[in-house]
Amino acid sequence: MGYERQVDFGTPEVRSDTLVTLTIDGRDVTVPAGTSVMRAASECGGSIPSLCATDSVKAFGSCRMCLVEVDGMRGTPASCTTPVAPGMVVHTQTEKLARLRKGVMELYISDHPLDCLTCSANNDCELQDTAAEVGLRDVRYGYDGANHMGQADDVSNPYFAFEPDKCIACSRCVRACDEVQGTLALTIEGRGFESKVRAGQAEDSFLSSDCVSCGACVQACPTSALMEKSVKELGKPERSVITTCAYCGVGCTFRAEMKGEQLVRMVPWKDGKANRGHSCVKGRFAWGYANHQDRILNPMIRDSVDEPWREVSWEEALSYTATKLNAIKAQHGPRALGGITSSRCTNEETYLVQKLVRAGFGSNNVDTCARVCHSPTGYGLSKTFGTSAGTQDFDSVMDADVVMIIGANPTDGHPVFASRLKRRLREGAKLIVIDPRRTDIVRSPHIEAAHHLALQPGTNVAVMTAMAHVIVTEGLAAEAFIQERCEIDEYNDWARFVSDERHSPETLEPVTRVPAAELRAAARLFATGGNGAIYYGLGVTEHSQGSSTVMAIANLAMVTGNIGRRGVGVNPLRGQNNVQGACDMGSFPHELPGYRHISESAVREQFEADWGVDLDPEPGLRIPNMLDAALDGSFRALYVQGEDILQSDPNTHHVAAGLKAMELVIVHDLFLNETANYAHVFLPGSTFLEKDGTFTNAERRIQMVRKVMEPANGYADWEVTQELAKAMGLGWNYANPAEIMDEIARLTPTFAGVSHARLDAEGSLQWPVNDANPDGSPIMHVGGFVRGKGKFIVTDYVPTDEKTGPRYPLLLTTGRVLSQYNVGAQTRRTQNNVWHEEDVLEIHPLDAENRGVKDGDWVRLASRTGETTLRAEVTDRVAPGVVYTTFHHPATQANVVTTDYSDWATNCPEYKVTAVQVLPSNGPTEWQETYASWSEKSRRVARVPAE
Amino acid sequence: MDLDRLTYMANQIARNLAPQGEVQATELTLQHLRDFWDPRMKAAILSGSRDGLVPIARAAVDKLGMA
Repeated sequence: MGYERQVDFGTPEVRSDTLVTLTIDGRDVTVPAGTSVMRAASECGGSIPSLCATDSVKAFGSCRMCLVEVDGMRGTPASCTTPVAPGMVVHTQTEKLARLRKGVMELYISDHPLDCLTCSANNDCELQDTAAEVGLRDVRYGYDGANHMGQADDVSNPYFAFEPDKCIACSRCVRACDEVQGTLALTIEGRGFESKVRAGQAEDSFLSSDCVSCGACVQACPTSALMEKSVKELGKPERSVITTCAYCGVGCTFRAEMKGEQLVRMVPWKDGKANRGHSCVKGRFAWGYANHQDRILNPMIRDSVDEPWREVSWEEALSYTATKLNAIKAQHGPRALGGITSSRCTNEETYLVQKLVRAGFGSNNVDTCARVCHSPTGYGLSKTFGTSAGTQDFDSVMDADVVMIIGANPTDGHPVFASRLKRRLREGAKLIVIDPRRTDIVRSPHIEAAHHLALQPGTNVAVMTAMAHVIVTEGLAAEAFIQERCEIDEYNDWARFVSDERHSPETLEPVTRVPAAELRAAARLFATGGNGAIYYGLGVTEHSQGSSTVMAIANLAMVTGNIGRRGVGVNPLRGQNNVQGACDMGSFPHELPGYRHISESAVREQFEADWGVDLDPEPGLRIPNMLDAALDGSFRALYVQGEDILQSDPNTHHVAAGLKAMELVIVHDLFLNETANYAHVFLPGSTFLEKDGTFTNAERRIQMVRKVMEPANGYADWEVTQELAKAMGLGWNYANPAEIMDEIARLTPTFAGVSHARLDAEGSLQWPVNDANPDGSPIMHVGGFVRGKGKFIVTDYVPTDEKTGPRYPLLLTTGRVLSQYNVGAQTRRTQNNVWHEEDVLEIHPLDAENRGVKDGDWVRLASRTGETTLRAEVTDRVAPGVVYTTFHHPATQANVVTTDYSDWATNCPEYKVTAVQVLPSNGPTEWQETYASWSEKSRRVARVPAE
Repeated sequence: MDLDRLTYMANQIARNLAPQGEVQATELTLQHLRDFWDPRMKAAILSGSRDGLVPIARAAVDKLGMA
């Protein structure tokens, strides 16, 4: 499409079953009761000039531009704050209104720089448009009176600038920060003529303030007072393309606003159903990595990881790789080969990689990053509910009365969803947080958790079971729901189990460290507070009992009847943009697309018939098992697309040893990541801006990813995989990703009704999309569970084998921050580093003092597995005995410290519990120095002299 | 495959399924090994010493060997 500003209806949409008909400028208009006159006029194609109104925030009524006349009503009310009424007769264009509007506009312009031709908002400025709309031709007051010119610009934020001279004090930015983002970092300081927008306190800049750089203020600004620096530099975009963000599992949709092949800015799409027009600092601004100088654009090969890389043509790289793969297969059998699909890549690309492994390599050794994040979700929810996915859409949170967040940090990990959640909490919903850390959601402006259960890491199951104990023994179970919807024998067994006194909060308090009274109060609130919704993250899954906790969560939802309608449910906050999709597409070694076990002959035969090959009926290796098998020589070749297992997976030494033992490691990525240090083939990858396809977010919402520029490396990732398959002798011939999706739909019942054409027409679809649910499924398990009856499963607390002791007395838990993303491959190559340039270790003041550690000191973090050094941040966000860090930076490599312990059912690593010691340090560890040296050596590229 | 690691994994599965009762836990452990373990993992645990296995895991592995 060409460039057009997104439609702005002036005030937010109102939902009401009651409709109201009124007349606007002679036309009858019918809208939901409560709608503003401004929005009603806009919805019927009219236009009322305005400056302080925008449909992302509530009406404010300050600019006085949107005045209207209403028959029988005195004066000229503001249309933004005037609700419609039956039979109302509204006039939006009268001589009187024109005079009033022009007068107001004249005042605005008398205090505004007249530099339109050189202004970055020229031709994209609401003030300019409104001046034109009211026909302003002259300013009678001149420009020499008191004004707001000459103020210093605030350019501290790396992505946008604040030019106070251009500000018209409409408060849209302040209200966007309050209502849309929920950070309340901005304010209008002063009164009357002295009114000015300010970020934080008097001494603050935007960068030093509480601002989280979500961009909502920039989007709301009607002038260029708040403007993206990229627009200032590059000029106004000339076209826009709707696409889907490639960061977290929220799946925000954006308008990629372009100038030729140059991306000018990413603006959240107001019609996006996952983000509803909002964004975070990553999706909105952190896309500069796409053209970073570190990006590798030419294929490279080498016979040994000790040699420098050698740039080769695509033909040579693919031929070399296929020859090696076929030779290893011939010599060691198909099960010596495997692949890792990427949750960063599209469904279509992921599908092709697993197909290549199964149909080309001939094994089921395919896995994905969900192994290290939400594999327990798939296991636990499929056992209890019958589906390996969350139950709700994001909108559902607006109907929740009690929200329980377990092991998730949504303001950092899923910030756009967190903004919706905070909005609901400000409306009065109650909050329970179960987390060892005092995350931001526990207490932030206008929000305070009713209960924060700061449990001892590793005791999730004990806490969940204790909550269930309270609910069952105090007679708070939803008996009618259970009788109708669940397996009764299993429920009775489970209820008997949790009712045992050994599961009471009092008995378990020494284990969980959660005060029993607090836990009882939280359980009562969840069971009796109305619609109860559970949101959880990796603090649930990344434990030796991750799957058990997921099942315990499902039990809690069922026992309280909180399944199958809006406002309730079990909601895993999925980590990566397409981790849901990667799982859906058959990326696990035991499952074909659609979560059907490889041993099911009927399912396997369907794929065999379609693909024209025989498939191995035995499950393949998971990632950690691949590494184990590499060390014993039975696994020899690995194709890794868009994943950096050396940095992201636990026990770095073990991962490195496994990779080094392989004959052939193929890394298909944007950058020479840490895994590539052990690779023999590097196939350059494409960014999400350079390809077509689909991502599936945490709501099971399938959305289009659209190419806005040609791949800098020459090929989209699906094309590279196809070419590799062809080089291996497979007769693949997909013309485009739409054809791949057609095959997915043909073979995957939950995707039966999905096609690119339909997604183009409808925007998004939530699976299952099939004959039973032709328009998709925003809410799952309505009226009945997918598996029939809900199944309660007994989950007992089994302590982790990772124990603290005299040598390792502290527990380390890991996570991520708002500004960086996972291993940081993308965000570290953007200006997001201004917020987080290194990983730090959070340590409680008591533990710090005992060790002589001061804030900012270098400390050595050591476990039984390994050690690293990083700076300490002394904070009471963590409890005594608990330390916390992130894993964004390879110089730190937090995973050199984490262990091989993993979830019993899925081998999801136990990142959240590692026994460690922290001591003062004066420099990097020997391993860090050795690795840095090795990494530099391994990244050498041989320069071939010009002929 | 490292037998100690496989033994640890099998025991961990058994320990977490134990609350379902010994008979069911044995069946569930057996099914878990069938559903999620690669053939070389199954072969390795079948051919190795079962001394380190807890009773439920050992019973499951015994049954796996009879299949």
